[in-house]
Amino acid sequence: MSAAGPMIEVQNLNVTFGQGRTELHAVRDVSFDIARGESFGLVGESGSGKSTVLRAISRLSGNWTGTVRIDGAELGRRRDRTTARQMQMVFQDPYGSLHPRHTINDILMEPLEIHRMDRRGARVLQALDEVGLGIEMRFRYPYQISGGQRQRIAIARALILEPEILLLDEPTSALDVSVQAEILNLLKTLQRERGLTYLMVSHNLAVVAHMCERVAVMNRGQFIEELTTAQLRSGTPTQDYTRQLLSASGQYSRDTAKSFVTFE
Amino acid sequence: MSPLLSVQDLRVTFDTHRGPVEAVRGVSFDLGRERLGIVGESGSGKSQTGRALLRLSAANGRVTAKRMEFDGIDLMTASERTLRAIRGARISMIMQDPRYSLNPVMKVGDQIAEAFRIHSTADKRQARARALEMLETVQIREPEKVYQMYPHQVSGGMGQRVMIAMMLIPNPDIIIADEPTSALDVTVQMQVLALLDDMVRDRGMGLILISHDLNLVASFCDRVLVMYAGQVMEVIEAGKLQNAQHPYTRGLLSCVPELDHPQDMLPVLQRDPAWLTG
Repeated sequence: MSAAGPMIEVQNLNVTFGQGRTELHAVRDVSFDIARGESFGLVGESGSGKSTVLRAISRLSGNWTGTVRIDGAELGRRRDRTTARQMQMVFQDPYGSLHPRHTINDILMEPLEIHRMDRRGARVLQALDEVGLGIEMRFRYPYQISGGQRQRIAIARALILEPEILLLDEPTSALDVSVQAEILNLLKTLQRERGLTYLMVSHNLAVVAHMCERVAVMNRGQFIEELTTAQLRSGTPTQDYTRQLLSASGQYSRDTAKSFVTFE
Repeated sequence: MSPLLSVQDLRVTFDTHRGPVEAVRGVSFDLGRERLGIVGESGSGKSQTGRALLRLSAANGRVTAKRMEFDGIDLMTASERTLRAIRGARISMIMQDPRYSLNPVMKVGDQIAEAFRIHSTADKRQARARALEMLETVQIREPEKVYQMYPHQVSGGMGQRVMIAMMLIPNPDIIIADEPTSALDVTVQMQVLALLDDMVRDRGMGLILISHDLNLVASFCDRVLVMYAGQVMEVIEAGKLQNAQHPYTRGLLSCVPELDHPQDMLPVLQRDPAWLTG
């Protein structure tokens, strides 16, 4: 393991679903590197393959080819305990990603039990504290807490294994903007404190620009272009697709809307 | 000119096992042939306001108002029969997600035709012709082909166009659109808004656009009501969003990350109980 090399290295990633006539090539020849402690964003519209990239790296979807290296070590096809602990995921919908009949304590204990970690009670309390929740939350059920609190629990569950990488799949798009601000601040603070590496997927350009140093724009399974947040902010992308996405992300304009074209 | 719709002191209360919950607390506004936005976060009462206008609140909800009048008809005392004649035909509603609002086992074209037949005396063939025309109006390229499709076969944007066609075909006076574009990609969202924009202009309708996206709504509507905890905090005229006075409105605007305004940490919204009156 080399500390100098990239934390995540993806080469020629391809993902397909189905077979034969109905085969869908969801991700096509995607390659990128993410340095240790860096935040990298994947943006695109629905169906662009951005979440599929995340799911392939976390091996939630199986049918991929290519090479993925985490901290220099090549990923196998099957999930193993070491990389599972190294790399955790936060999902979009905190209403769907927490077991409705498990208490917060059960939810946070489960990964500790699977990974046979010590001091479980103390770790649960520490995890709650780190995401800004009080210990009174510990024995509540998900339905008793708000959406923002649920997403904090999902982040606590991911962090409780002390991973080095967080895979963030639209972590704030189901939340109100005021709650989104709180969660984004939390994610930034945690990253600084722990030197975490983030791979974040979002359809929201402004959210990705706020969180990440570099961004890749995806359309129909391919990387259209990769650019720094500064390039994105200054509105100087080289590709028409990115330009259109940028103009659609601002305020409503009738003329802009009429000028949109479909990109194949 | 008298307004199309006039609402004064609208309240919606839900009886729950933990006692009554007031979702809407004294909302008042007039709507002309204009685009009015209602913006708020979840739980602000924005959707319940829209539903109450059509008397579609859930069974455990109680609606009261000093006045709720549409084109001279008192919506508070109107019979169920009168309300049925208004719903869809004169005031119609577009919901957020076409996947849940369309009938999954009926061709989309037939659903549009049905909406027309229910509110007119047209026969099947006339209704089909009108539905095809309507599909063309909402800029669907191959109306004949799309007419025959089932909801699962159309994309989100196309589904929302179908919904809009269905809501527009009886030629209503008012459209209530509850988060009509939130489930859509940004480019499709803009296109659907442009379509609503055209429809409202060409037909001189009133539009109530309910949304959580203050920036987007303020750039689209003539006027915006900002709601919080069931009350209207502030009414903003189009183009004057940056002059918004209320701390809640200002807080909502500043906590959103913006491309042309980078900041390290986002300001967090501080809520003040003093905002709520009565």
